Amino acid sequence: MFSHEGGHEGGQRLLRYVDALREAVAQEMERDGRVFVFGLDVDDHKAIQGSTAGLVERFGPERVFTTPLSEDAMTGVAIGAAMAGMRPVHVHIRMDFLMLCMNQLVNIAAKAHYMYGGRVRVPMVVRSMIGKSWGQGAQHSQGLHAMFMHVPGLKVVAPSNAHDAKGCMIAAIRDDNPVVFVEHRLLYGTEAYVPEAPFEVEFGRARVCREGSDVTLVGVSNMVVECLRAAELLAEAGISAEVVDPISLVPLDHATILASARRTRRLIVVDNAWTSCGASAEIVARVCEEAGPGAGIEVRRMGFAPTTCPTTPSLEARFYPNPSTIASAAYRLARPGGAEWTPDPERARLAYQTQFRGPF
Amino acid sequence: MATPMVPAGIGPDDIGRLYRSMRRIRRVEEAVAEVYPTDRIKSPVHLSIGQEAVSVGVIDVLREDDVVAGSYRGHAVYLAKGADLPAMIAEMYGKATGCAAGKGGSMHLIGAERNVLGASAVVGTHIPIALGHALAAKREGAGRVVAVFFGDGATEEGVFHESLNFAALHRLPILFVCENNFFAIHTPLAKRWATDRLCERVATYGMPAHRLAEPDVFALRGLAAGLVAEMRAGGGPAFLECHTWRWREHVGPAEDYAAGYRPRAEMERWEAGDQVARLGALLPDAGRAAIDADIEREIAEAFAFAEASPFPDEEELFTHVFA
Repeated sequence: MFSHEGGHEGGQRLLRYVDALREAVAQEMERDGRVFVFGLDVDDHKAIQGSTAGLVERFGPERVFTTPLSEDAMTGVAIGAAMAGMRPVHVHIRMDFLMLCMNQLVNIAAKAHYMYGGRVRVPMVVRSMIGKSWGQGAQHSQGLHAMFMHVPGLKVVAPSNAHDAKGCMIAAIRDDNPVVFVEHRLLYGTEAYVPEAPFEVEFGRARVCREGSDVTLVGVSNMVVECLRAAELLAEAGISAEVVDPISLVPLDHATILASARRTRRLIVVDNAWTSCGASAEIVARVCEEAGPGAGIEVRRMGFAPTTCPTTPSLEARFYPNPSTIASAAYRLARPGGAEWTPDPERARLAYQTQFRGPF
Repeated sequence: MATPMVPAGIGPDDIGRLYRSMRRIRRVEEAVAEVYPTDRIKSPVHLSIGQEAVSVGVIDVLREDDVVAGSYRGHAVYLAKGADLPAMIAEMYGKATGCAAGKGGSMHLIGAERNVLGASAVVGTHIPIALGHALAAKREGAGRVVAVFFGDGATEEGVFHESLNFAALHRLPILFVCENNFFAIHTPLAKRWATDRLCERVATYGMPAHRLAEPDVFALRGLAAGLVAEMRAGGGPAFLECHTWRWREHVGPAEDYAAGYRPRAEMERWEAGDQVARLGALLPDAGRAAIDADIEREIAEAFAFAEASPFPDEEELFTHVFA
């Protein structure tokens, strides 16, 4: 689906997102004895959809262990261990469960370096998966990254492909700050060319995934995939869409997004989350503030419907943006006053969505 | 409260050391209270006056490389572990030379050089942080232990129970020390606990749990010494509930008995059992006077240091957001 610049030369091979995550963690554990992985079920037979498979066999139960369902205290344990010089990777099988970690993440992890005058560091990674479809519903589907973007001191990354999943995970583990790592469940099976040797994807550098001149589509997490398909559909309707993947939301490469929006003069930010006070609102606001009214940039946000996520497929389908709604919105922006246009729904369907089966 | 005799094995040096530590905390906090009305201390202060014996009795048996963690009422823990006094006062004055570079204040003291963890102003949040250090200490395998101090209110937080379970499950070297002063801000135990059998509750998680209802620093020290020795040998966590009394208001420098939520008569019982006075009386007059004079000089120097130190430069607002 996504082919990283540089193709598959030099030790690159097609790898699934889930395997890229696992490979990154294993390589870092091999390199650095301070890295450990913990969280409910990281060492069971399902191994967090396979993303921690084989780690306990390779590194032992002192470095890979399950936990009681005590997210609040376990987050504190991660922070304390990090302050003491270890490098924890704390795994949550759904992002919704991070609400149980909020006190520790917001009141301690984010602030410790600052409120203790630089005397401590908190190098930890919080892995969190966002679910979608097959009845995930209200409490297994939330993209809550904006809550963490709000608080200074936390980094937030949301890689959209296997290449960036590996590079971001290695960068996150090596980072001296708390990093909230956002993984979309539907991306787990997607493949990209990924180097075998360890490498870092630098935070704060967006990638222009597809160049275009009529409209800029910024996608967050899996919405990059949906935007890329929308761009293909738009091309057939004669509209050239540029697709930008921020990769990391904190720090955010605002300059790349602004430069693209200045060029196309039309910006749609598509988030796998609600728009209200969300990443899309933040990105759009910054573009408007910095470009000013003279730049004439038209903006639009897309995200979850302003409702709770329903389980029934008939309603759930309308809850999310998809390539069809993204393409239609872009078309309206690029052809103001023109006739409505909707792409062929069959051609707008994405393999990762149609192939996904539950139960989790 | 009857004053127990000095137990066997406690010598004059021990008495002098414990007295010095408790008296120093008492006098530092009295000096803070004295200066407070001048508004030079730009920080809410939660004084430990009356509770010094708990921190001192436990920390006296710890090594320098052991870790301690206290709450926003944490001056006693910080000082008992030997963290820097001038840096503490400077921190309360908001000065660049403060232990947290002026960014933390009284509620976020940190003494990294003496393994005093940063304090937190959200009740109970420092407990799992201390637990994480205990996990690191166990993995390190050098026999280091962690002591975490918190009030009775913290035992009502879910994270306290989560932490007890995890500590016992992994047999982590951590001593949980509850300073039970019977009030959470102004709300008494009777309005918060269905029963006062805290030690029974804790023991069911799988660790020894002891209550010390009388303020006896020697008894506390003896108990802590035994528990810490077992812990260093791989014995896992333990819990102490120490009854004590906050002499001043929840936050601020004054007494607050006029508010009516707790009787002054109750305080008299604790004043009679004051461990600072008790140990002072056990010392020869000249020895006690020398210690007292040392402490006064040290405090005067610390306040002078804080007064003379500069405030942080404006650009410091933006440093330390990320490491």
